[in-house]
Amino acid sequence: LGLALCAGSLCAASGAAWLYHDYCIIGAGPAGLQAAYFLQRAGRDYLAFERSHAPGSFFALYPRHRRLISINKQYTGKSNSEFNLRHDWNSLLSHDRRLLFRRYSRDFFPSADTMVRYLEDFASLLELRVQYNTAIIHVTLEKNEQAWNGHYFLLTDQDRKNYKCSSLLVAAGTWVPNVVNFPGSEYVEGYETVSVNPEDFAGQTVLILGRGNSAFETAENILGVTNFIHMVSRSRVRLSWATHYVGDLRAINNGLLDTYQLKSLDGLLEGDLEDLAIVKDKKGKLHITLRFYLENGNVSAGIDSITLPQDELDNFATRAPYDRVIRCLGWKFDFSIYNRSLRMLPGKGNIKKYPQIKPSYESKGTRGLFVLGTASHSVDFRKSAGGFIHGFRYTTRAVHRLLENRHHGVPWPSTAYPITQLTNSIIKRVNEASGLYQMFSVLADIILLRENATAFEYLEEYPIGILAELEMQTGRKARSGLFVIVMEYGRNFSGADKDVFYYNRAVGEAQHAWQSNFLHPVIYYYKRLPTEREMRLRPPDWPLPRPDAIHHIVEDFLTDWTAPNAHILPLRRFLENCLGTDLRSFFAESCFLFAFTHQKLPPFCQQGYVRMQGVVGSRELRQHAAQAGLLRDYTDTDSAGGRPPASHGGSREQLMRDPALPVPPLQHLGNAKDE
Amino acid sequence: MSAQKDRWVSSLVFLLFCASSIPRSGSVGLQQELSPQHYFSGLEAGKASLAFFTPSGSPGAQPFLEQIESSAEALQDYGISVVKVNCPKEEVSRYCGKENALRKAFLFRGNRLIREFPTDALFDVNSIVANVLFALLFNEVKYVETLADLENTENVLKGKSNMVFAYVPATGTAEHRAVMEAAFVYGTIHQFVLTTEAALLKATSPDDPDVSSAWLLFCHCQQVTEPAQPCRRTALAQPLTLLNIHRHLKLMGAPLVTEVAEDPEKISTVHLQLGLPLVFILSQKETYEADRRTAEFVAWQLLGKAGVALLSRDLVDLNVLHRSNVALKTPQEGMPIQYLVLEDTDEVITLVEDKNKVKQIQEDEQEEEEDEDEKEDNNQDIQDDQVVEAVSRDKKRELPLEQILVLTEENFHSSLSEAALTVVLFYASWEAVSLAVLRSYSEVAAHLQGTPGVLLSRVNCWDWPGLCSQENVTQFPTIKIYKEGQQSVTYDGMWGTEELSSFILLSRVSCPLKLATMDEAEGYLRGEFPSELSSHHHTSLLGVFSTATSEAREAYEEAGNILSGHIRMGMYFEDDSLALSQKYSVSPPALLLARSGGRSVEGIALSKHSVQDLVQMIRYELLDVFPEITVTNLPQYLQLRKPFLILFSAGDISEMESKEMLKLAKGRSQQAFVACWLNLKKTPVGHGILRNYFSTTPSLPILLWVNLHAGGQVFKFPSEQSITEMNILSWLEKLQAGLEIPSSTLSEEDWKPPLPAYDFLQMMEPPVPELSPHTAPHPGDPPAQHPPKSPGGGSAGGDAAVREEPPRESTAEAAGSAGRDLRGTAPRLAARDKQGKRHSEL
Repeated sequence: LGLALCAGSLCAASGAAWLYHDYCIIGAGPAGLQAAYFLQRAGRDYLAFERSHAPGSFFALYPRHRRLISINKQYTGKSNSEFNLRHDWNSLLSHDRRLLFRRYSRDFFPSADTMVRYLEDFASLLELRVQYNTAIIHVTLEKNEQAWNGHYFLLTDQDRKNYKCSSLLVAAGTWVPNVVNFPGSEYVEGYETVSVNPEDFAGQTVLILGRGNSAFETAENILGVTNFIHMVSRSRVRLSWATHYVGDLRAINNGLLDTYQLKSLDGLLEGDLEDLAIVKDKKGKLHITLRFYLENGNVSAGIDSITLPQDELDNFATRAPYDRVIRCLGWKFDFSIYNRSLRMLPGKGNIKKYPQIKPSYESKGTRGLFVLGTASHSVDFRKSAGGFIHGFRYTTRAVHRLLENRHHGVPWPSTAYPITQLTNSIIKRVNEASGLYQMFSVLADIILLRENATAFEYLEEYPIGILAELEMQTGRKARSGLFVIVMEYGRNFSGADKDVFYYNRAVGEAQHAWQSNFLHPVIYYYKRLPTEREMRLRPPDWPLPRPDAIHHIVEDFLTDWTAPNAHILPLRRFLENCLGTDLRSFFAESCFLFAFTHQKLPPFCQQGYVRMQGVVGSRELRQHAAQAGLLRDYTDTDSAGGRPPASHGGSREQLMRDPALPVPPLQHLGNAKDE
Repeated sequence: MSAQKDRWVSSLVFLLFCASSIPRSGSVGLQQELSPQHYFSGLEAGKASLAFFTPSGSPGAQPFLEQIESSAEALQDYGISVVKVNCPKEEVSRYCGKENALRKAFLFRGNRLIREFPTDALFDVNSIVANVLFALLFNEVKYVETLADLENTENVLKGKSNMVFAYVPATGTAEHRAVMEAAFVYGTIHQFVLTTEAALLKATSPDDPDVSSAWLLFCHCQQVTEPAQPCRRTALAQPLTLLNIHRHLKLMGAPLVTEVAEDPEKISTVHLQLGLPLVFILSQKETYEADRRTAEFVAWQLLGKAGVALLSRDLVDLNVLHRSNVALKTPQEGMPIQYLVLEDTDEVITLVEDKNKVKQIQEDEQEEEEDEDEKEDNNQDIQDDQVVEAVSRDKKRELPLEQILVLTEENFHSSLSEAALTVVLFYASWEAVSLAVLRSYSEVAAHLQGTPGVLLSRVNCWDWPGLCSQENVTQFPTIKIYKEGQQSVTYDGMWGTEELSSFILLSRVSCPLKLATMDEAEGYLRGEFPSELSSHHHTSLLGVFSTATSEAREAYEEAGNILSGHIRMGMYFEDDSLALSQKYSVSPPALLLARSGGRSVEGIALSKHSVQDLVQMIRYELLDVFPEITVTNLPQYLQLRKPFLILFSAGDISEMESKEMLKLAKGRSQQAFVACWLNLKKTPVGHGILRNYFSTTPSLPILLWVNLHAGGQVFKFPSEQSITEMNILSWLEKLQAGLEIPSSTLSEEDWKPPLPAYDFLQMMEPPVPELSPHTAPHPGDPPAQHPPKSPGGGSAGGDAAVREEPPRESTAEAAGSAGRDLRGTAPRLAARDKQGKRHSEL
């Protein structure tokens, strides 16, 4: 209450001093800058606030050992810039080709310093409006009927300067280190401050709390100089190549697993940190015990009076004392700056480090507040890439498109095509689209069919979770059915305990495509837009409700889905059967024949040939088609056509052999009819 | 089709019934007799039996024992019992005890020995049945060795009965058996004659026969009255099986021509029952005799292929065109009777034969489908897109693309300034249609090689998507023409070499081209100016404007932008424009249209000033009055949305026809239809159109009225009338009055998906149960094999199903590896091959 009063008095005191912007962005890290870029391109009134003197302050400190684990692929063998973004995990989206990360570093796993430099360049080259050295310390609401969302956001910085915004984009990341409190936790060093100089650990025995990439990265750094390292955490180790989740332990950091399994003293333990307790002996060595013993014993009496587990269980695993205990438990979102009226609440269970948001990235508690970047990862935690640059650069764009439609009447960008381009438009996207690929099962391309299925609109990278709200969120109409194109891993392929290398894991045949395991395109067909209820009641593990028809394009070793028979043909058949039409392409000659023999023409002829855009085809091609039996070659039937005398001769010959029969007047039938 | 099969089957059942109704004794199958005495005492007089003797105690060691046993049932149908007689050890008689007797089988009628067969003549069921029947039917089936024997037999039969003559390559074959089985039933009606002499086959069959296949002739000897007259012969066109022979003999027995006096829809004859068409010759009292002769002639030609009936129009009220003289009824139920106007008996015969061919193909296809039923929708993965298939078949050929500059994001803008005119093909290297166009484009490049100021280039949008979207290319292929300092023009014509070349050449000159002097204007109309286009024969359009009429001139210029590349357009607005236009008796603003190199110049006064109207008018003026329709120009005429009066010609049309048609086209009815002609030599696909309209190819030239846009009826101009303006007009009047009956109607069918898609939803349903990778179903297994699970069954049911899977798999495989049943393993091996295609095994 006191806080609210204080805020109220602040308002009253400096009401005239509110600096207004349509959009305020908290944080100028990758997500904040990405949002600023799209707002700038759209010509919107915005301002980004950064507590540090430069963008990306998180990267200025983290990761402590300075090696990013996001890949920076120099070569893919392709020049397709969209495709190449599939293998560039560091660049932000922009029109400026100078701002590709591979121009900043040649390292496959680049340095965090390069990221800081990159972000600085991104902000300055694109002239993004960022106010540095401004830490927003308080956010509250001001009710106002006129405001876009029924209220304004009031922001206060560390100098008590005030800002007022219609829409608030929170791109503050998760930067508050996770801390556990247990008896003796004061002896624990934090990842944020621990020494990164391996020499400081020479001949020491180290316990690391946590089992994420930061824990393993810390271990990796000191592996060679320590006596041994033990690593304790509640959950089992989750390898990213088994879970297909980039946030899990990456192979580049897993040196400790190697030494553990190859009997080199290091080891992993499972246990709840909440039950832990650490006691320091006189020599300064740290002993592991359990909170349970401390509660029963007399703590003040010193180490000797405390029961250690090995007293009862003399082969207790961590009975050896440690020289250091390091906490590497990750970070959480800073909830403290938001007034209670904003209802910025932590999520439940394993997403409690993130604020609660809807699949549209809008806060569950406050309309008009969108969470971007790492902090928005609750939408696809442990599933897709929304917590990482190579994922949230696309979700940020999606949020921007939602905002453009909501506040500026700019509908979601779409391209209209004739129906003949349906197969092509899908093939093009599944082969090059990076947003679909990185944000698999989260962002989807949407095809909205126009009436009579003669044309369609193509919408890119729409958040799948708000499919039911599509018409409202995009300003586009879905009256005649829609296709949703997503990319998916096999349903039972990923998991910490899954064998991802089992024999016959890959499907090669199109007819078994639904059993594909590796990331592959999946197309859902709905005759009408699913409702919110259907979205809620969708089968578990399904990103979408049960469609009217579904198609899987069979997984491909090269992720190149352009094979005419294995990829394109089954897709065409699926689309044809959804639409009830024939989507084949025809040479002009076939269309010509159809024009004279059918009252209706197939779409390809109707939209091409009839509009004088027929595919004449070269002679070789027409010959190939004729050889395949798909085009009839009438040139050699010439002789048979004109009723040549030969056929008469044939029948006459037979007559000759039949002397018994008097030859009837052949023309007789003809004469009989018209008298 | 299935109804028809039922009929066949029932006929066969009837046949077997005839055979098996012959009295017989004993149970079905092989009989056992304890001793020869026992056997011989039990023989009934007149009853045939096949016996073989085995020493008692020795197991059935003879290799043919199994075959004998399996033929017992077949022989039972003909009243022949098969008996195995055990020879007691001590007994030595004629049949028992002697080594060579034990290697023989003996055929008895009553207790009389008819024949002894060495066991090697009885190698399988066919040979046993054939040889046994052959021996029993010694009188009914005559074996001949020479042509003289055959002729003698024939002569004897003349006027008495018909003869069935069969050639089989060898006795004891399946064909031999079929002939003998037929002889068993029909032997008393027809004289059967059999030979294995290839010389006889050659003497009786028309062209070079295949001596390794059997051949059967029905010789109509009964109706021969004079000994000198040979018997007519009708060969069996199908393979020699009992069913086919039976069918053939039934057809030969049917009356040659049936006379009918009732509704043809209700008529059913033996032909229709056997799945053959029935041809009606429509007759009337006045011409009855002649019609009867025609019918008989046709009937002889179609004997065995179709039935012929003579339908009297005087007795039946037919609601068909008076001119119709033939009707065709097909055995398919629900198919309407086709009434036709044919001119020649040959047409009747080709009509039936074509139909049969089609039917044969359909039947084959159906059988194939039935065979492949298990493989479910087998054709789904076969490419049926002609463009895609053609391009993938052509992909190994290296295209001559040296003349075409490859553009990238880096060099795109700099390259555009290199030539006065840059043509860019935007394509995608994976997209079939754009690759088809790339092939034509490479031909254009060869065509235009050395043309100054023109640069051909291409952008692969799969490599440079940013460039393509920046140039507003959303579809493949797209061709854009960039001229310095001007907006790019998107090509919107046919993707053919000629059309594209001509577009590029015309695009070099600005459209419309401003002409400065009277001389230039005159030269322009003659096609001599500008010199770049002098080699290019095209219709030229010259807009003549007075200096005052700027509004019309602006519209004309705008229209020029739209029509750029498609037509030569010039404009002249100097002071003396009035003088120019008056030469062609119009006054400015006016258009001068010079066709074919300025030989005729037409003046058209300009009244409309809107760009749209102007473009429309120019397009319309460019159309020919009596064009030759080709694949590439048809769309222009289709857009008029009028019926077509089209003359199909085998080559160029005659001057007379051309003159008459031109008169007609220019006449008063010009607005109502498109008069045109089609040269089948130049546009061979026209044959396909004619074949679609008429089952047979009609005589050419043929004039047709095709209602392309309304109703789709096709009318044929009576071919006996000559093509003159008068005749056509009066025919058109009759046609309009509804007095003509269409020869054909364009298909109204919608373009449905050619084949079904994989039903993944059904395969995934119910939700895939939790599977560990080890028990995951092999992707090679047809998912349909999963036992159906109820959607509400939850994971328990699913798990159970999965657990069931592996044992079944392994037992099947064990059986396969044991090699007991090779047939069963074949699909499994195939399935394993398929699994081998997975790329993880590379």
